Amino acid sequence: MANHDIDITVARGTVHALVGENGAGKSTLMKILYGMQKPDEGTIAVDGEQVSFSNPGDAIARGIGMVHQHFMLADYLTVLENVVLGSEKLYGIGDRARAKIKEISDAYGLGIRPDVHVEDLGVADRQRVEILKVLYRGARTLILDEPTAVLVPQEVDALFDNLRELKAEGLTVIFISHKLGEVLSVADDITVIRRGTTVGTADPASTTPKQLAELMVGSELPSPETRESTVTDVPMLQVKEVRLTATDPDGVVRAVLDSIDFTIHKGEVLGIAGVEGNGQSELVEAIMGMRHLDTGVLTLDGQDISQTPTRKRREDGIGVIPEDRHRHGLLLEAPLWENRILGHVTEKPNSRGAFLDLKAARADTERIVREYDVRTPGIDVTAASLSGGNQQKLIVGREMSHNPKLLIAAHPTRGVDVGAQAQIWDQIREARREGLAVLLISADLDELIGLSDTLRVMYRGRLVADADPATITPEELGSAMTGAASGHLEVPAETAETVETSESGDGSDDPRDGGEDR
Amino acid sequence: MKKIDKERVLLGLAAPLLAIVVAFLVTAVVLLATGKEPFNAFGIMFDYGSKADSQVYILNKATTYYLAGLAVALGFRMNLFNIGVDGQYRLAAFFAAALGGALTLPGAIQIPLIILCAMIVGAMWAGIAGVLKVTRGVSEVVSTIMLNAIATAIIGYLLQTGRLGHLDTAGTKISTKPIPESSHFFEFPTATGPVWGFIVVAALAGVAYWFTLSRTRFGFDLRTVGQSGSAAEASGVNVKKMVVTSMLISGAVAGLVGMPTLLNDSYEYSGDFPVGIGFTGIAIALLGRNHPIGIALGAILWAFLERGSGQLEFQGYDKEIVGVIQGVIVLCVVIAYEVVRRYGLKRQQRQVGAKLAAQARNSEKQEVSA
Repeated sequence: MANHDIDITVARGTVHALVGENGAGKSTLMKILYGMQKPDEGTIAVDGEQVSFSNPGDAIARGIGMVHQHFMLADYLTVLENVVLGSEKLYGIGDRARAKIKEISDAYGLGIRPDVHVEDLGVADRQRVEILKVLYRGARTLILDEPTAVLVPQEVDALFDNLRELKAEGLTVIFISHKLGEVLSVADDITVIRRGTTVGTADPASTTPKQLAELMVGSELPSPETRESTVTDVPMLQVKEVRLTATDPDGVVRAVLDSIDFTIHKGEVLGIAGVEGNGQSELVEAIMGMRHLDTGVLTLDGQDISQTPTRKRREDGIGVIPEDRHRHGLLLEAPLWENRILGHVTEKPNSRGAFLDLKAARADTERIVREYDVRTPGIDVTAASLSGGNQQKLIVGREMSHNPKLLIAAHPTRGVDVGAQAQIWDQIREARREGLAVLLISADLDELIGLSDTLRVMYRGRLVADADPATITPEELGSAMTGAASGHLEVPAETAETVETSESGDGSDDPRDGGEDR
Repeated sequence: MKKIDKERVLLGLAAPLLAIVVAFLVTAVVLLATGKEPFNAFGIMFDYGSKADSQVYILNKATTYYLAGLAVALGFRMNLFNIGVDGQYRLAAFFAAALGGALTLPGAIQIPLIILCAMIVGAMWAGIAGVLKVTRGVSEVVSTIMLNAIATAIIGYLLQTGRLGHLDTAGTKISTKPIPESSHFFEFPTATGPVWGFIVVAALAGVAYWFTLSRTRFGFDLRTVGQSGSAAEASGVNVKKMVVTSMLISGAVAGLVGMPTLLNDSYEYSGDFPVGIGFTGIAIALLGRNHPIGIALGAILWAFLERGSGQLEFQGYDKEIVGVIQGVIVLCVVIAYEVVRRYGLKRQQRQVGAKLAAQARNSEKQEVSA
């Protein structure tokens, strides 16, 4: 929605980055280029020839391929099967296809093993499969939507090596991101989009992240750093020896959480780092009461809540910014004011006794929309019609409106524009000053390091390492996240120095994790 | 905001109207294919259906259909497909009739007792499906359709002399013992026949349905589960409990479906007690978009079509043609709703986008001028 006057020219054999806040219209533009949406006016030309795409098939036929932010792979099929799926006519489904995959993989250094099941692959490998899928279909121009969102720093470097390889072979890459540091390191050209229109281009060689950021938002960029400590010694949430098992599709029972043990005090932000899928979601669900613990005790503000139902826990002061807001935080086809009630239907101002108080709930929705700057024409539109960032602001506003004792913030600024991000960070900091305990889970390492008072690393359902956010670097944290390091992470002296300079210099180029279309 | 609301109403009406128009067009084609003149047939139906005695018939039929539609709609709002309304109302009516025939209490006590009995039986029968779903993961579609068959068998077994059955004086028909006159439900007499008093209960049920769903915490939780099970769970709704509870309520309303017939018309349960109304209820709930007023309109339309079908036969048409109309309407409704829903959603997103872009432009201008 709301794209106008977009002018962009991408030269062959380059990596062209498209940056902009979330909701700026990057994804819409990409959808238009990939034939998923039709422009109301304007033209697209490929190799000087004007084209019109009515579906992705047309785009693929023109050599344009897209790697989506959320992988579109079938877990139980092999890499080969995933690649040929839907393109069986190209090279068959047997040895010819396998040979072709090998050929592409070798040509661009992708290191693909065609006969492995996708479920056994890590995130970075899956991404390479997605890239290969696109190349297999003959794409000469690749669109990558937020490709680094799910990767740890080391994997990002590997991805960039792949991109340079592709470029060297004469392919064109359009790279969507709002992680400015990454953009500057890999792109040859940069186009900035703001409020649905192109506002300028930048030359990566002569642009600083700060300049780029200002171009992007039209103002200065915030940083997630927390200066003064507000940690008290009053425990708010105590998690003791928590163990949770789940039965996987093969019927094998395995522990998804094991020996989880931590305490969050009033006024403390505990950050959990980890590659997604290592038990973070399960931990959140366990604390919310959506999963029953096998063993272990949860104590909130001195009270044992291990057996308390979810609703009571939420009434007792657990606020949640869920990881997947569409699944757990919103009713997409319901109006905003009903979404304001969601999760707090038993609390004021939403209800009196057994009855809803529509007037008060609507009035309070208006207040949240105003105070949290939710950009919407009104409170009767459906949640689905808002951009991701505005949906998130509504959720944050809702959760904060009930004065939580504990806030579970899972990727609180994912898919949120820079302005809103600063606001959400401010909200967390302010509430923390007033004694809020926060469990912060984020894939954005700078956010984690910047906001947290204490850091833990989660790996395969266990808390394997802890770190001091004042001294740790994203790289160190990244290697602990892949299981390469454990225990207390000490940083060698010279690295610590770099951290300090980068902190005082530009706290602005935080790679942010994103995805406005979630 | 007013504007969007008006549009929502328009969009809401667009789907059923579109569906009905298309259904009549399709039916016209079918009639033409069978070598009959279509518009004359529609004329006959309309003339006959709007006569005074037809109006009474339609209202009485619609009362029953309305309750069936509500029972199904309650499930729909929960994302549950209660196909078992059919078995639930028959079993409920049967036991209520048996109870009513066995007692001779004053009407003021006995009538509520009969109704209560029907609601409890309906609720219990539906509850089986609810419990099976949450404990064993059995789809309610499968279990309720099985329970329909079992209900038929149970009624067949019990409706025999020596059990709950009763042979009438002519010795030709087995039914439950007739309910004493003191326990007949009141009627509104009109020149062309009585309008069943149960229409009042049906209307009250409609109001209760609307109020519970849109004005109570419970209703909010119920709708939340219907819209997104995962969001409901995260918001603190006990989804399993909600599944059982809503099945119980749906079943209790289903228990009411047989009551207009039992207390205003037949006063006994026999082999010719109306069957299949549960399935009619599904069509009507779909037609009425699960909205209490929409369901009422759907129920009236359904009764109207049925009334017209009888007359068609006399005029040399096949009365099955009405079945075709009804079937096509349901099919069209399902398609039209989805089309209109997607269109509405897209349109709203575009409007929000346009509005925000306009806001952004305005604020930029202000910044410049300031």
